[in-house]
Amino acid sequence: MKLRIFVTLKNGVLDPQGKAIHKALEGLGFAGINDVRAGKLIELDVADDTSDAGVDEMCRKLLANTVIENYRVERA
Amino acid sequence: MKTAVIVFPGSNCDRDIAVALEAVTGVKPAMVWHGETALPDGVGLVALPGGFSYGDYLRAGAVAARSPIMRAVVDAAERGLPVLGICNGFQVLTEAGLLPGALMRNEGLDFVCRDVALTVANAQSAFTSRYGQGETVTLPVAHHDGNYFADAETLDRIEGEGRVAFRYVGEVNGSARKIAGVLNAAGNVLGMMPHPERRIEMAHGGFDGRRMFEGLLETVGA
Repeated sequence: MKLRIFVTLKNGVLDPQGKAIHKALEGLGFAGINDVRAGKLIELDVADDTSDAGVDEMCRKLLANTVIENYRVERA
Repeated sequence: MKTAVIVFPGSNCDRDIAVALEAVTGVKPAMVWHGETALPDGVGLVALPGGFSYGDYLRAGAVAARSPIMRAVVDAAERGLPVLGICNGFQVLTEAGLLPGALMRNEGLDFVCRDVALTVANAQSAFTSRYGQGETVTLPVAHHDGNYFADAETLDRIEGEGRVAFRYVGEVNGSARKIAGVLNAAGNVLGMMPHPERRIEMAHGGFDGRRMFEGLLETVGA
């Protein structure tokens, strides 16, 4: 079973990388960009009987730092 | 006093901290590989060094915080053993849950490598007893992810409990409330971005870092 874990910074947490990307896009002449936030995509290939709770635990224990990040799991 | 330095793949300040600890305690520290599951008997201090453990993969300190030796470090810290995390060591301590908050990419995105002025915000801890309350000291920083973040409630709480050990005098990396070093609730765990081990002799420009180790020797080294 393939999973896609999206890890994103929580609202209100400053994202310096997003800001740098934003500036670089504007430097290339792209207009009308309101905001840029950078995150991570982690792809997992796991046993078919892996439970939702098990995946959730992987996210909380390692894949995301819940002090600063949110995560969302998508089943492919 | 016997001490231990934890060595992760990618640690690069492990020798510096070992030299500093030996200079002050007179005893060579035990260098403990991350794959070990126990600390040596009788150590009075554990140091987590600076560097780029596991190449900073996933998040700085994230993978190191889940390595086998860290279970022993967390257990020992919870029993009251002094633990000092410097730079990457601070990142590991937050990722391991021993300290609140997180270290994010520097606000200006630059790697910052220079001497910085710090205010000693708590001179009562085992780590800071050789400093004066409110004293300004100078230590080097060298990091890319030193931007301390915690939610406002957590910041209020740690400030109220006197758990901010050091603050930057000027703007360095965007850290919340200019926090450079944080203690745990019991006061036996300190994480800090500046490098005390790089300021222990005149050739380094002074002794402001050495005083931390001298203080530790005095308070916990019996």
